[in-house]
Amino acid sequence: MSSAAAPLEPDPMTLLPPERPVQLLDDEGALHEVDGFPLDLKDSDFRDLYRYMVLARRVDSEAINLQRQGQLGVYASLLGQEAAQVGGAYALAEQDWVFPSYREMGAALVRGVDPGSVLHLFRGTWLSNHDPIATRFGLLSIPIGTQALHATGYAMAAKFDGKDLVVMSYFGDGATSEGDPHEAMNFAAVYDAPVVFFVQNNQYAISVPLSKQTKAPTIAHKAVGYGMPGFRADGNDVLATYAVSRRAIDRARAGQGPSLIEAVTYRMEAHTTADDPTRYRTAEELAEWKARDPIARFETFLEREGLLDDALRGEIDEEARGYATRMRAEVYDAPHGDPLELFEHVYVEPPERFDEQRALLRAELEGRE
Amino acid sequence: MAITLAQALNTALHDAMESDDRVVVFGEDVGTLGGVFRITDKLQSRFGDQRCFDTPLAESGIVGTAIGMAMYGYKPVVEMQFDGFTYPAFEQLVSHLAKMRNRSRGTVTLQVVVRIPYGGGIGAVEHHSESPEAYFAHTAGLKVVSPGTPSDAYSLLREAIDCPDPVIFFEPKRRYWLKEDAQLPVRTEPFGRAVVRREGTTATLFAYGPMVRTCMDAAAAAEEEGWDLEVVDLRTLNPFDTATAVASVVKTGRAVVVHEASVFGGFGAEVAARITERAFYSLEAPVLRVGGFDIPYPAAKLEEFFLPDVDRILDAVDRSLGF
Repeated sequence: MSSAAAPLEPDPMTLLPPERPVQLLDDEGALHEVDGFPLDLKDSDFRDLYRYMVLARRVDSEAINLQRQGQLGVYASLLGQEAAQVGGAYALAEQDWVFPSYREMGAALVRGVDPGSVLHLFRGTWLSNHDPIATRFGLLSIPIGTQALHATGYAMAAKFDGKDLVVMSYFGDGATSEGDPHEAMNFAAVYDAPVVFFVQNNQYAISVPLSKQTKAPTIAHKAVGYGMPGFRADGNDVLATYAVSRRAIDRARAGQGPSLIEAVTYRMEAHTTADDPTRYRTAEELAEWKARDPIARFETFLEREGLLDDALRGEIDEEARGYATRMRAEVYDAPHGDPLELFEHVYVEPPERFDEQRALLRAELEGRE
Repeated sequence: MAITLAQALNTALHDAMESDDRVVVFGEDVGTLGGVFRITDKLQSRFGDQRCFDTPLAESGIVGTAIGMAMYGYKPVVEMQFDGFTYPAFEQLVSHLAKMRNRSRGTVTLQVVVRIPYGGGIGAVEHHSESPEAYFAHTAGLKVVSPGTPSDAYSLLREAIDCPDPVIFFEPKRRYWLKEDAQLPVRTEPFGRAVVRREGTTATLFAYGPMVRTCMDAAAAAEEEGWDLEVVDLRTLNPFDTATAVASVVKTGRAVVVHEASVFGGFGAEVAARITERAFYSLEAPVLRVGGFDIPYPAAKLEEFFLPDVDRILDAVDRSLGF
């Protein structure tokens, strides 16, 4: 019965994504074409990608300032992840949807969501203050990775309804250890749902490094188990995150099902303003990643191509200052919320006891006056 | 015509799907098989596999994708195959399904029904006989319903599917085969209304779901003792019909709340507290609770010693009368 056949060893190389991420701009900002990931961008798109990244960084630093001033309770910075967020969201079409985590200010900007409205969550005036349906941008989701299932469900619905619509679900490296992203990717693959799972691998889940989240060689490898493609992109190269997203989105739109993208990047700031990253990472490591700054790299490319001059810098700076001013105004002016509104949105048809409890609160409020 | 509670639920799903093509049914084994209890029988062959479909075996995935589909505009009716398999979905139920409308300041409504066959008494294996209703009655943003009769099963499920708020729909699995003469479609009292199933004067038994029938049996047996028991079927735990509960106790002066779930921290405590707060001077005795013991649900051969039955209920009535 025995045969001389080779031992039944798995051959991972036939399935696994390449270890080296897709990179179109090298560290010096020089463009190199990569087979399978063509760029379909005009000069105006290059300028827009730059614009969104600069705006995202400015809005982000303004939010940190607002937290330092006591205007926000906490804030989760995206510093260093501008290329990952902007490149991914920029590849979406108008009708597409985004289901974010809580660190997606850059994606929010690209999708036209007012950053001030997003900050209500961090200010504590309400749990959110943007209309997800109108903006096609889901609520910021704090329970890790849970939004991936909403993305899959939304995409399944769009597919059943015959709509031309793709959903992008953002989550982080830590979320890939949770159950919900697993279930979301499995459901999406089974139903060929038009979803792109965009993982920003920023190397840390608060203090826990990627090596303690997974033994997988890369996060993109996990796609294999679901029967979907896993792509890796240099997350600090906005042209790479765009081109990889373009391919995954086109695939989903053509009815070929979901994909997983791992954008390899780095969270240059603390996890949130309440965190102290000096306790778990070295200054050398941070310096190494700062040298790979996504905006600086793209600037070098734009300058080389003659697409960036002082006039454009000035224009974007003006726009960024406008955003910052409006954000400050929205946050400073935001009332602490009407306590009686607490009962308004829990149910469409609230139970009778809400009347009693509202009356109790009203009496308490009147007693204070 | 005599119909079973299971047939009433199946017909309700069928009629809801027929009247609104945004109603979709999904879960584990609900398609080809028609559900392990056949509640979704023939829905897939009638409405196609985009209206009724099997999912991967993942309860959080079922509820989480239902949320996404509801955001799109569908009206998902999903099945948790058994009570004890609801827990993997707990985060989606509590952190998202219940809260999304409030978090979004009223801009997102989730018209989702989560059906859960619950309770014991069928000799099932571990994790197939639990009564987790208190977790969900305690969760703001959810409505919690449990029918005790075939007519109510039909009507409450239709109302749940039409309800703009998320509904956790607890189906008394040991009563799936309970029969009633009824003509479908039928509409009974709406959410938030308890129903007096049997009028009486000695004491009031409060129950919902599987224990309604047990309380009716207890009331019948009590006649031999010369006791005239009133039975109130609560039907919906949230919203809760305080007025009917209080009116009954004002009349009888005594109350016993019955459920299968463990007594400690169970829904009976809420019923007892509401009655005590509002009918204190009408009470001749403390409100008593009858339920499962405060232990994990036992093995099938021992469940009869755990579950409330006619004797345990009548013992409680006797204690009430002793005050």
